[in-house]
Amino acid sequence: MSIATVALVSIGAHPASGRARRAEQDARAVELGLELAGDNLHVLHAGNPHEPALRAYLGMGLDELHVLEQPDGADVVPVLRDYIREAGVQLVLTGSQAETGEGSGMLPYLLAEQLGWPLLVGVAQIESIHSGVAQVLQALPRGQRRRLQVRLPFVITVDNAAPKARQSAYGPATRGLINADVVEVTVDELSTTGVLQPAKPRPKRLKVIKAKSAADRMKAATAKAAGGSGQVLKGVSAEEGAQAILKLLIEEGVVR
Amino acid sequence: MSDIIRRDPRAEWIARNRLHPLHAAMQPHQLSWMGPNGVLRKNVHGVGFIGPNGIKRIDRSGVQQGGSSKRAASTQEQRVLHQVPAPAFYIGVVPDMVGGRLSSHDRDLLGLARQLAGSDGAVLAVVFGESKETAFATAGVDRLLLLDSEGYAPEQQVLELRAVDNQFAPRHWLLPDSRSGGAELGRRFAASLGERPATRVWQVKDGACVGRAGAGLQDVAQPLPRLILAAAECAEPVSETRHEALEVQLSTAIASCLPRIEDLGAVAVDPAAIPMAEAEFILSGGNGIKDWGLFHKAAVALGATEGASRVAVDDGFMARERQVGASGVWVTARVYVAVGISGAIQHLQGIGACDKVVAINLDPGCDMIKRADLSVIGDGTAVLEALIVAVDNWRNASSGGAGLLANQATRSA
Repeated sequence: MSIATVALVSIGAHPASGRARRAEQDARAVELGLELAGDNLHVLHAGNPHEPALRAYLGMGLDELHVLEQPDGADVVPVLRDYIREAGVQLVLTGSQAETGEGSGMLPYLLAEQLGWPLLVGVAQIESIHSGVAQVLQALPRGQRRRLQVRLPFVITVDNAAPKARQSAYGPATRGLINADVVEVTVDELSTTGVLQPAKPRPKRLKVIKAKSAADRMKAATAKAAGGSGQVLKGVSAEEGAQAILKLLIEEGVVR
Repeated sequence: MSDIIRRDPRAEWIARNRLHPLHAAMQPHQLSWMGPNGVLRKNVHGVGFIGPNGIKRIDRSGVQQGGSSKRAASTQEQRVLHQVPAPAFYIGVVPDMVGGRLSSHDRDLLGLARQLAGSDGAVLAVVFGESKETAFATAGVDRLLLLDSEGYAPEQQVLELRAVDNQFAPRHWLLPDSRSGGAELGRRFAASLGERPATRVWQVKDGACVGRAGAGLQDVAQPLPRLILAAAECAEPVSETRHEALEVQLSTAIASCLPRIEDLGAVAVDPAAIPMAEAEFILSGGNGIKDWGLFHKAAVALGATEGASRVAVDDGFMARERQVGASGVWVTARVYVAVGISGAIQHLQGIGACDKVVAINLDPGCDMIKRADLSVIGDGTAVLEALIVAVDNWRNASSGGAGLLANQATRSA
């Protein structure tokens, strides 16, 4: 059974040069979609259809790419919402945040809220989809994974824990078709309130010692390991020591 | 420290100055009191002060007040209590509480909230799930709201936050823009409220905020919105005041929603595949380990990522990428178990970010024991063997207990 899947893609920027490229996380979303739906994957972009960087997605093995044509600074949420509603899509895949513009990462949340669909964040793998119920592995910090179960339709965001995107090939990229639709334009309010400026390097936080007396300052400057607060078990048997350690590990929730 | 008694003119000045905030803390102990049998008891040792030459002086003119008892080498400075009896407004903060404790990111966030609250506002911390934190007061929390939460339930948490929003109407909501949950919850909350948040904010100044935009090549500056998702080190944590951390309750019951996302629990991950820099639980071995086979067995039994000190790596027992310390990996584990590591300064630097350190060592005077939160003085081999047995027993007992509960449930059904 094939599920109507759409991957939302944006135009990225190279982290060093700032040159336009396929966005890293969106490419991972396309990769996940290609593994799941194969040739039936529908890839959607809202923005300028003549951007050459868009062809990098076609180079991943797609026949065509749909573009909802909009000028810069337009709000993409309403047009994407209407398109997804009308297209009868069941599964939306997208990256976590854009590499250009504000990059607040709010788009999947707003889309899921307006569609009324559940949203899964930071997905590493879609394990199975059977009779409309999907089991999904979510990536957590520190390399951990969590299994979630959700009914179709839903929205998924992927980040760097998802499988790496395949390379983009030049031939398919030039052969692929880009279908542009002209849609209604809603102006985004950030273009009036916020100002984009080159990123300033953040100052390194200094270690401030708030000692009132010279003796305290001297102590703070020469202090070795902070001692005395820990519990020391001396002269206990190995079993008692092991029990005490195990108790701490269970309290911290690291032993399962 | 030498035992030479030194005068502290500043402390004496504070003891004389009744308007100083630390005046009460500097007062001498009670000198005489009525005993239980109606006899007046006196503490003769508390009278007078030690003069500059080490001779005890008693000043009966009534001028002398403070500095009577011998001071300890380090006196615990008492912070000034900041009270907000009737808050003019609230600043809502939802800390991540990784492992039930405030992380450094949470403390930075509370520092920022404290700046925004000023003297009239109160910082309201909304904490989901069970909390092990005891230092809410010194982190800058004026009001504390504890809410129950089980497992991964972001939709329910958003509902609860909306109830909090209705009752307290905070002027600003602050959440950490972190992968441990704050970023997701904050964005869900923003989408539910229909407000546009400022994300990855690293500076808040004069009613405006600056946050990283895009892939980090640009900053976006905008007027301070109601909902702020702040990056780490967005402000200095509270360090000079302590706060009340009064518990408050929600006045309305929270409607429970049918969860659309079902949490099937954590999945077992191969601990050896987790990069050591971000592993949560590390078992580290050093020169004191005699049986490395047993060490690997213990790591498997505990489900810990393996680490090693430089000596163990140089001797060829562990791979180079497993080395913890200044010339190896700087680890950020929540729990770090060091077996047979005495704690060279380079190694201690590498584990500086660890939360709980457990040391197993033969030498009670080593530096690792001074750093550790729990240390067991004994032979590493014996303790590791006992630990493997204890973990197996605990696992059997807990799985047996769960089976028992399931049996009872089916019987009662």
